[in-house]
Amino acid sequence: MQELLMFLSQPWPWYVAGPLIGLTVPILLFIGNKSFGISSSLRHICAACMPAKLPFFNYDWKKEVWNLFFVAGIFVGAIIATFLLSNPNPITVAPALQAELAQYGISNYTNLLPLDLFNWQSLLTLRGFILTVVGGFLVGFGTRYAGGCTSGHAIMGLSTLQIPSLIATICFMVGGFIAANFLLPFILSF
Amino acid sequence: MQQQQTFAAHSTTEADIDTDIRLLDSVCVNESHLTHPWWHNLKYSLIGIAFGIVFVKAEIVSWFRIQEMFRLQSFHMYGVIGSAVVVGMLSVALIKMFRLKTIYGEPITLHPKTFNKGQIFGGLLFGIGWAFTGACPGPLFAQIGAGATVVLITLLSAIAGTWVYGYLRDKLPH
Repeated sequence: MQELLMFLSQPWPWYVAGPLIGLTVPILLFIGNKSFGISSSLRHICAACMPAKLPFFNYDWKKEVWNLFFVAGIFVGAIIATFLLSNPNPITVAPALQAELAQYGISNYTNLLPLDLFNWQSLLTLRGFILTVVGGFLVGFGTRYAGGCTSGHAIMGLSTLQIPSLIATICFMVGGFIAANFLLPFILSF
Repeated sequence: MQQQQTFAAHSTTEADIDTDIRLLDSVCVNESHLTHPWWHNLKYSLIGIAFGIVFVKAEIVSWFRIQEMFRLQSFHMYGVIGSAVVVGMLSVALIKMFRLKTIYGEPITLHPKTFNKGQIFGGLLFGIGWAFTGACPGPLFAQIGAGATVVLITLLSAIAGTWVYGYLRDKLPH
């Protein structure tokens, strides 16, 4: 038992995680005919809390409540993984990235996020605000505008051979490449 | 009226309008017409819990892994997404080939997506947000669970972004 826990506590390789995530597609279809997609949960929250008579939010969100149960599960699963199966070692990061981040004073590798950037105090710094608040806004606005996120387009959409999802996935990657390589060095230097 | 006829498969007018709205983005469609007590939804929470554990243990929700992906410094995320897509594709192909049904005996239905410019503009904007936050919508919930409580603000901001999209929808190019 102890050995199993030790084994599970190490970071899991991609060839274990990827297939498990891929299996979510048939599992959700089998247990309730649900198309895998996570960003819709944000829309349901809007529809439930502040529809404001906008047609986009005027639908029966209770029919989609499974999606909210699913994301609540993700939250609980993350707590279990972090506190019961915690990895005792610092996060391993590519040396090239470590060298780049060191220039901006980022050296904390204790969490999955750099706590030098993502903490309540940095929220009031320009770079913290851009990464947390502006970044979050773009995630919510962009996924809905695109009609899906990594799960809905890249995984569910590509699994069902949808060309629009391929276009969306390429655009996610292009946006990310531009932001990581050209915008972030500028933002982190603030 | 024209549009409502398209969805003649549904029995009531209310359901027609509902589906019409939900089909605006086909990710958000619940095809099951069966009604279950609320606790049946807990099975989705169980899948979510397994998903959340994988997210954290494989560091898919890590800001560092996302930066490595966009800088081509690691294969990890490409391996995760690539193998997930392969497994998803094979599963969907088998479901179609054998016309498999759900555990409740309903035929499994898949929804074709139609192209609109939103997939380009929205896709690019989301890509930027993904690199900034190191998270797509699912990982936001996981990052909070993993103890980065400030991501709660990122999540609220993402909900605000979704709302603003709904507000501006008619004015945006699609």
